[in-house]
Amino acid sequence: MSVNAPSRPPEAATRGRARPRGRHALLGWLYATPTAVFVVALFVVPLGLVVKMSVSRWPLLTGDQGFNAPDNFVKAVDHRFFTDSVVFTVKYTVLATVLLLVLGLGLALLVQESSRWNNLLRASFLIPSALGLASASLLFYVFYSPFASPLKPLMDSWGFTFLGSPTAALLSTTFLIVWRYAGFYMVLMLVGLQGIPADVFEAARSDGASRWQTFWRVTLPLLRPTLALTTVLCVTGSLLAFEQFYILTKGGPDNSTITVVQLIYSVAFQGQNDLGVAAAISVIVLGALILINALQLRAFRSEES
Amino acid sequence: MAVVSPSTPTATGGSQPAGRPPAARRRPRGVTVAGIALRMPYWVFTGAVGLIFLAPLVWTAVASVSPQAGTNQVDGWGLGNYETLARYQAGIWRYLFNSAFVSLLTVALTLAISFLGGYAFARFRFPGRNFLFLLTLAILMVPYATLLIPLYVLLNEVGLENSLVGVALVLTMFQLPFSTFLMRISFEAVPRELDEAATVDGCSTWGALWRVLLPAVKPGLITVGLFSFLAAWNDFMAPLILINDSERMTLPLAVSNLRGQVQGVVDYGATEAGVVILALPCIVLFLLLQRHYVRGFMSGALKG
Repeated sequence: MSVNAPSRPPEAATRGRARPRGRHALLGWLYATPTAVFVVALFVVPLGLVVKMSVSRWPLLTGDQGFNAPDNFVKAVDHRFFTDSVVFTVKYTVLATVLLLVLGLGLALLVQESSRWNNLLRASFLIPSALGLASASLLFYVFYSPFASPLKPLMDSWGFTFLGSPTAALLSTTFLIVWRYAGFYMVLMLVGLQGIPADVFEAARSDGASRWQTFWRVTLPLLRPTLALTTVLCVTGSLLAFEQFYILTKGGPDNSTITVVQLIYSVAFQGQNDLGVAAAISVIVLGALILINALQLRAFRSEES
Repeated sequence: MAVVSPSTPTATGGSQPAGRPPAARRRPRGVTVAGIALRMPYWVFTGAVGLIFLAPLVWTAVASVSPQAGTNQVDGWGLGNYETLARYQAGIWRYLFNSAFVSLLTVALTLAISFLGGYAFARFRFPGRNFLFLLTLAILMVPYATLLIPLYVLLNEVGLENSLVGVALVLTMFQLPFSTFLMRISFEAVPRELDEAATVDGCSTWGALWRVLLPAVKPGLITVGLFSFLAAWNDFMAPLILINDSERMTLPLAVSNLRGQVQGVVDYGATEAGVVILALPCIVLFLLLQRHYVRGFMSGALKG
């Protein structure tokens, strides 16, 4: 396999002790070969293929049936759940991003001083992030169920279920995501807070700024690079949400919680079995994602100037 | 944000700014009785927040061994739910083996590729270097699903359909942006004199890499290994799409399918047991390697 390729350099290198430029570059390429092979075979080629699939008739079982553009894109946009899933995904993304960033920053401010107690707190905030998203979703699947939940008495007396109505399902899933990811965003915020020089706060304090003023006028503006990074990460992650809804709500109740990636999966493998249309939705998602991230980065940059 | 105020020590009565970095000042606090009493609300509040994060995990572990109607553990405490899990389809050992195989192969491949790749990007100049590096990072920009659909077709074509090796190859590719980036900065943090001295002493670059640089970048390798293990062990979507033979499913997929086993009646007890088995290695690794874990996140943050 490709991993073996760089085992050749030993002889090659000892012969050329002075290492002329060409040999040096050749060695560099040899060490980079495994990376290049993986990136080309498993990233560049599939990326090209997905574009080709999006303009071809491509049923799951029979494979390529030839060029048919732009049928797949028309079918994708006309899909009865396309608009619903886009609207739902955007709604979920806004909710999750706002909550995660506010809570991540809140937790970071809560435990930013280093002490034994705070280290313990940080660890407990961070433990859920070691779990897989699928494991966490399965955990909450049981936790929210009307039969095995520890909150069963509460559900019985108040007469609600966690996943029963569209709003409840959205909020319950968002809680799971906050539980799983808040610690991760806390760490990123802590890194950002540590990057702010101490004398800035010193100066604000000697100028008589209140705690609140310091937070809004000093901490937040200086935290902008971190906020940009966390926003991009959080928006990207939420737009591509899949596991949590696939496991927890299965798109229900009444198909109200179908995300775009879930739509791709179901078009490709559940019933419709049309890889061409699934590829077309994938290409649309890829384009939208690149556009959204570019806009976000530009927004954060222009605010700076 | 009300959350902010309790973080500043009220005991010393100082009007300190909220966003103060941690190592800025250290005042003695909370030593007197009054100091402890004043800090009580802070401890209670933060302790409660911490409990919210721990409670679901503790609850699952306890519930998996406690009696519950509709499971294999009806009377008294015991491991009945784990027995259900052990007997499910191909058996838990099969799924544990599959998951371990995929995870270890992914870790080995990721370590090997990013170790060599990081060395190449940090120490050599060759045509196409920046392009290849940016191309590797670009993997992050592309949605998982966008790549899995064509990968499903491609792997079928090269005879890796339904194959755990195929899953490991795909998972390795998804790990490359983070691990290559981390190994590159790990190598760049090592002074050049170190390996130059070794090459002058007659070491080949390969020898210098193994004998001198490997020990120096060990922390980076531990972080890369930890993250690729967690990602591979927990991954759900790649096996969901690439595997459709119940003999070859990985553990997350098996536990997820377990729910729909008997005519729509879900065995919640066995699901809890499955979650415990899935979570246990992750939590143990997290507790053992917490420092490396946080380091990985931080290097991710520095990138931005």
